[in-house]
Amino acid sequence: MTNVLLIIFTISLLYLGIAHRLFTYIKILSFQGVILFGIAFIELNHINAINLAFILLESIIFKAIAIPLFLNHVMKRNRITRDAEPFLPNFISLIIITSIIIATFILSNAIADSRISKIYFVVAISTLFTGLYIIVTRNKIITHVMGYLIIENGVFILSLAVGNEMPMLLNLGILLDIFASVFLLGIFVNKIGDVLKDVDVDQLKNLKD
Amino acid sequence: MTGYYLAGAFTISALLFFNRNRLFNDLLVIGFLVLQIGFTVYEYLHLNKIELGYFSADALGILLLTTLTVISVPAMYHSHKYLSTKNDSARNIAIYYSAMVVLLTAISASYISNHIAVTWIFVELTTLSASALIYHRRNNRSLEGTWKYVFVCAISITLVFIGILFLSFTLQQAGTDDLSFAVLIKKAPVLNLFWLRLAFIFIFTGFTAKLGLVPMYTAGIDAKDKAPSPAGALLSSVLMNMGFVGIFRLYVVVANSPLHSWADHVILISALLSIFVATVYMTKVKNIKRMFAYSSIEHMGIVMLGIVAGGVGFYAAILHIILHAFVKSSLFFQMGQIYRIYKSKSIYDVGNYFKYNTTGAVVMLLGFFFATAMPPSGLFISEFLIFRSLFESNYLWVLIIVMLLLTMIIWAFGKNIFKLLFSPAVGFNEDQIEKINPAESVSQFILLGLVVYLGLNPPQEFVSLIQEAIKNLPH
Repeated sequence: MTNVLLIIFTISLLYLGIAHRLFTYIKILSFQGVILFGIAFIELNHINAINLAFILLESIIFKAIAIPLFLNHVMKRNRITRDAEPFLPNFISLIIITSIIIATFILSNAIADSRISKIYFVVAISTLFTGLYIIVTRNKIITHVMGYLIIENGVFILSLAVGNEMPMLLNLGILLDIFASVFLLGIFVNKIGDVLKDVDVDQLKNLKD
Repeated sequence: MTGYYLAGAFTISALLFFNRNRLFNDLLVIGFLVLQIGFTVYEYLHLNKIELGYFSADALGILLLTTLTVISVPAMYHSHKYLSTKNDSARNIAIYYSAMVVLLTAISASYISNHIAVTWIFVELTTLSASALIYHRRNNRSLEGTWKYVFVCAISITLVFIGILFLSFTLQQAGTDDLSFAVLIKKAPVLNLFWLRLAFIFIFTGFTAKLGLVPMYTAGIDAKDKAPSPAGALLSSVLMNMGFVGIFRLYVVVANSPLHSWADHVILISALLSIFVATVYMTKVKNIKRMFAYSSIEHMGIVMLGIVAGGVGFYAAILHIILHAFVKSSLFFQMGQIYRIYKSKSIYDVGNYFKYNTTGAVVMLLGFFFATAMPPSGLFISEFLIFRSLFESNYLWVLIIVMLLLTMIIWAFGKNIFKLLFSPAVGFNEDQIEKINPAESVSQFILLGLVVYLGLNPPQEFVSLIQEAIKNLPH
């Protein structure tokens, strides 16, 4: 069951590559939050109840509901146009994301470790690089933040792989999640919306040599 | 004591945040400095004592902690001067001091933490507090600098976290789940090489954002430029040292594993590229503060070359990073006065500094000699030792390239500094310049004096601490 969820998660990355509108990105993020909830619920059966509740709440409330709602709010408030404005055509994005997944697959063959299941590694690393890819090929500040949130989801999956043995690392991962989301979204996207009229990275090119 | 220190410092920070009274504000800042000094002395007297389970001041920790305490006093003094010359709202001043106290506390705690995850938490905290300092001027450009800094640091912190996860994978195999550095060093020879390799790559890349090496150095440059000078002094000295601590502690682990020479190559590539990037930008940069920031990148590259070369290079690297912190922070403190006179950081708008502020100009001239590692600067000693160790470990081609690049850096640095000091400024109105009190430069002279003293005639205690810090490295 976990494997099925992880594969669905990977497919959502491919969908991300061809999505046009920012609302689709938000929906995918929310959907990924639900999948992460499912994985955490099935996998984490050796940690104590309070910790488990904390992790589950984080994934369902924070990742699946609060952040998408907040992104929606930010977009409406700053009147961000709904197009994602990629530099590259979607077809090429699809090919690149696919090759990222294949490359991590090949890399995972080098793992000689029976305790860590390879599928976690593959999904987490391909999510990480897809997030980085989204960041470098999209034009808006808000898509940068979304790319970062995708990276966070990858980190969450990776920390689930050791979740049963080291719940402390899981909690740290959640700390990172909350820190980054609250900080990046809450303060900066709002502030940037106040100071700059159009929320586009082209506005942030004054500092250079 | 660490517990009391953290509790005390965070309480002071919270009080500073809510307080609007200038006098009480100053008292709180002095209280923090007393706490910081007391904490440093206590930790020095209780070396290697484990506190709260996750903190113990080892030799490297105490050396850098002392450096931080020495720099924090003038940093607070210059912050006070800086804020009293501007008409900031009481709220902004409160946020500034509060963020500065949190920054200093987080850096101190990350120096002495003996557990990689705890170090990571405090690194995260420094991003938060540093961004409040960078955004102090509340305009478009500082917003841009802050945004870039926060974003790049957020990504690099994530990379460090992924690296820690990989480390935990390999530790499970080795039959433990303790991520403290002592256990890591003990287990180093038996760790799974695949995971350790990935962990080192990720953690190294993540910490380069703080240390200021290729690939993640970019955000730090904008941050040091846009932050107020006293905050910029902290960002380009003690905060960079924090990145060094993160990388160095992991390097000690890797050096005890079969991956030692592989890790050396990774660091060597990064260090050489950093020096190259610094050279390219130093020759074309027109903003003095950014020039200092690029000079820091160059010095960090040299420090990492010392680590790569090994032998006496380890000793020299640690000496270099401590002395560099003193030199660079005094240059940044002095930069605040230059900005007050010319109201500009561009090299085109400044000039004839000797005429307007003789004491400050002397600091600038000395700072230039010291930062380019000319005698009597202590950096000369450490750089010489690093070059010698490069030569001894058969990195002759690296040495030649670095020497050539350094020559260009000295030329570019000198060109700009001599323009600032001696050439008349074009179209500069002399009528309303601010008279700077020479006493404001005293702290810079003390810091530069320390560089000479520690470099040319290091006290025995200092030398043995550095040797203690590198004792786990294979010689």
